[in-house]
Amino acid sequence: MGTERCNCIEVRGRVLTALTLQSIPRVSPGFRLQYEPAQECHVLLYPEGMVKLNQTAGEILSRCDGQRSVNEVVAELEQAFSTTGLETDVMAFMTLAKEQLWLSWE
Amino acid sequence: MNTTPLVSSTAATGQGAGASTPAIKPRPGPPLWLLAELTYRCPLHCVFCYNPVDFAHHDDEISTDDWIRVLQQGRALGAVQLGLSGGEPLLRDDLEVIVAEAKRLGFYSNLLTSGVGLTEERAVALKAAGLDHVQLSFQDSTREMNDFLSHTKTFSLKNKVGKIIKDQGWPMVLNVVIHRLNIDHIDEIIRMAHEMGAEYLELANTQYYSWAFVNRSQLLPTHAQLQEAEKVTEAWRAKLGDAMKIFFVAPDYHEGKVKKCVNGWGSMFMTIAPDGFALPCHTARLLPGLTFPNVKEASLSDIWYDSDGFNRYRGTGWMKEPCASCAHKEEDLGGCRCQAFMLANDPDATDPVCSLSPLHHTVQAAVAEAASVTAQEHPLVFRDPVNSRRLSSV
Repeated sequence: MGTERCNCIEVRGRVLTALTLQSIPRVSPGFRLQYEPAQECHVLLYPEGMVKLNQTAGEILSRCDGQRSVNEVVAELEQAFSTTGLETDVMAFMTLAKEQLWLSWE
Repeated sequence: MNTTPLVSSTAATGQGAGASTPAIKPRPGPPLWLLAELTYRCPLHCVFCYNPVDFAHHDDEISTDDWIRVLQQGRALGAVQLGLSGGEPLLRDDLEVIVAEAKRLGFYSNLLTSGVGLTEERAVALKAAGLDHVQLSFQDSTREMNDFLSHTKTFSLKNKVGKIIKDQGWPMVLNVVIHRLNIDHIDEIIRMAHEMGAEYLELANTQYYSWAFVNRSQLLPTHAQLQEAEKVTEAWRAKLGDAMKIFFVAPDYHEGKVKKCVNGWGSMFMTIAPDGFALPCHTARLLPGLTFPNVKEASLSDIWYDSDGFNRYRGTGWMKEPCASCAHKEEDLGGCRCQAFMLANDPDATDPVCSLSPLHHTVQAAVAEAASVTAQEHPLVFRDPVNSRRLSSV
């Protein structure tokens, strides 16, 4: 499968491109992310369905705009929340989001 | 729409829902899912239609301005998923206007249609207006099912509509109503959906309301048929992976367990009927002793939070035994009130679909009896205004 070349991993029979700090994630085409004041959270909308996101998930996904790299998203979050060391957790969430098909990257 | 809304779930890293319930009734959450039944008019005659059997007596339709106001009020309350349904919603000339307003307000809009009337021109107009998704239903009557299975005229029409949908860049979502007359062909149905390029396929086993209830003895599958259908579906899921997501909605008559109907009366779902009556579910008007407000006279906020109709079965305070002391009461909320009325003649009763209901044997008997019914004894009743007037003569 050329795993050395394309840095791919296999998860449950699907080949996923592993996330790196240079990856540029974006919300997948089948989903729409928006903030819902009535629910005080972000949601992901898809045909007849909705995923309610907690604050962390909302903050991360709203920065996944297909422009910012993972590095940039992490840096922004650390600044916005006056903290450090978010890289591991952010990347773990993004990997999970990819498995759910919410996020994609090259 | 024969489906119950897909329930929202919290992200894996999030907290679970639901605090403990105090003695005071908590204020309900927003009506997240708004279903606009734009008309009861329809070119089809489906024998499992969930529109009320007396639909011919409710042939008033509210205006475009009324619908615009409903959308604005609904959105202000927090509604975000909008279903555009009927009858056949494409029969409304103002559909594009309604869709455009929905888009402007930030709704995610879903058109639930048979596809009849979805020409390329109409599709282009709806896409331009901002429609987010089209759910195409298959199998609208027994005659059509036969055509479809024999690869004749109807299949090519639906295929054409499927292509129109894909060409507009919409996700391709198919809904196939499943019942005894087509459940044995589920393998072929799934294959055809896949060949059409569907991304989502909903195999919606008929629920027994309205016209489906009238035709119940012809539509109920046997346990064996259901098990086989589930097996076939699983095999396709394993084969297709993410290529096509398949939902299999099992009929509650066979489960012995009740469904949490509309995710709980007045908890997240509101439907507006074509004549403007606001209902907590499609068939609530058949319940005795309840009145529901009309959007021409009342605001959605008053309707949702303060009306007797919407408050009547909220929470668990209304329950009788065995529901009142049941460990599952918060999970399933006693099942379906309409079904309790239809089967037990008491809307407050435990839904007889529940194995703990004293009337559960009547549901089991219905399933057993259906296996032996012939078309001659109980001819199918097709959904149309003539039959509607005949069956609901007052």
